[in-house]
Amino acid sequence: MEIGEIYNRLKEKFGESIKELIENPPSDSYINIAAENLFDICLELRDNPEFDFDYLMCLSGVDFPDTLQVVYHLYSLKKKHKVVLKVTVSKDNPKVPSIERIWRSADWHEREAYDLFGIVFEGHHNLIRILLPYDWEGHPLRKDYKEPETYHGMRVPY
Amino acid sequence: MGLLDRLDNPYETGGIILGTLEDILNWGRSKSDWYLHFGLACCAIEFMSMNASHFDFMRFGIIPRATPRQADFIMITGTVTLKMAERIKVLWEQMAEPKYCISVGSCANSGGPYWQYGYHVLKGVDRIIPVHVYVPGCPPRPEAMEEGMMKLQSLIDQQAIFRKRQRLVEEEMMRSKI
Repeated sequence: MEIGEIYNRLKEKFGESIKELIENPPSDSYINIAAENLFDICLELRDNPEFDFDYLMCLSGVDFPDTLQVVYHLYSLKKKHKVVLKVTVSKDNPKVPSIERIWRSADWHEREAYDLFGIVFEGHHNLIRILLPYDWEGHPLRKDYKEPETYHGMRVPY
Repeated sequence: MGLLDRLDNPYETGGIILGTLEDILNWGRSKSDWYLHFGLACCAIEFMSMNASHFDFMRFGIIPRATPRQADFIMITGTVTLKMAERIKVLWEQMAEPKYCISVGSCANSGGPYWQYGYHVLKGVDRIIPVHVYVPGCPPRPEAMEEGMMKLQSLIDQQAIFRKRQRLVEEEMMRSKI
């Protein structure tokens, strides 16, 4: 199934939550969606036999000047089609529903996005830092991040 | 040094080897170092071939140990992150004296490619523990690690065991005369 058809079918079912389809050749086309209905949309994409997205390839965070974004790359191993979803949230209140209960691979990906970007995934069963120490301050992949002068008495800058 | 020269011709010298006790002890110490390997990154991959048959690290008389309590020196091979640095410090403090450290690769020496934007990298393991031999390279060839091992052996060979303080004072006095 082409991404245009996937977009139309989702639009029929979820209406306003599906914002727009961005054609972006030669890169993957993607669908902008609202954060509120993300869980239901993903559940539909997995459980509807016509979509049958059984594989979450990648979940990544992106830092823009004003907003934060989460990108989902989905793939169907049976139907051999893929779709890219993007959810944009504000920096003041970066909350996205967790899809860890739909695809278990999202568990650690969401923890990583939380660790490095500070995106809060609501409904995640264990949202703690995955790479950095638990007492680390700040989220280092944000552009406005300032590295600390010391950590536990060790000097950090060169 | 000097001990091996005397060993070369034992019959001409009447089968008697003369040497200081310190020479003999240091000779034994430097040729039977047990080490704790702390592999962290690609240097540790290079170190695997160092241990394998082609380069055969064990011909230096060393044995890898799995515990710091039995190790004479520690090899830090790879990027020391701040999270890992505290563990290295603990391991170093668990080792028994006399103990030595070989820092292998640019990351362990100075932070390497992470020196500027590596918010999570300790810029050189010598910020937390003393380092006796630095092996440069990114990662270093096994030959470079051999060279580092030989440098450590010659360092141990020249170490004072007895009358350390007295000797230091004597050397200081000699220096002040000059």
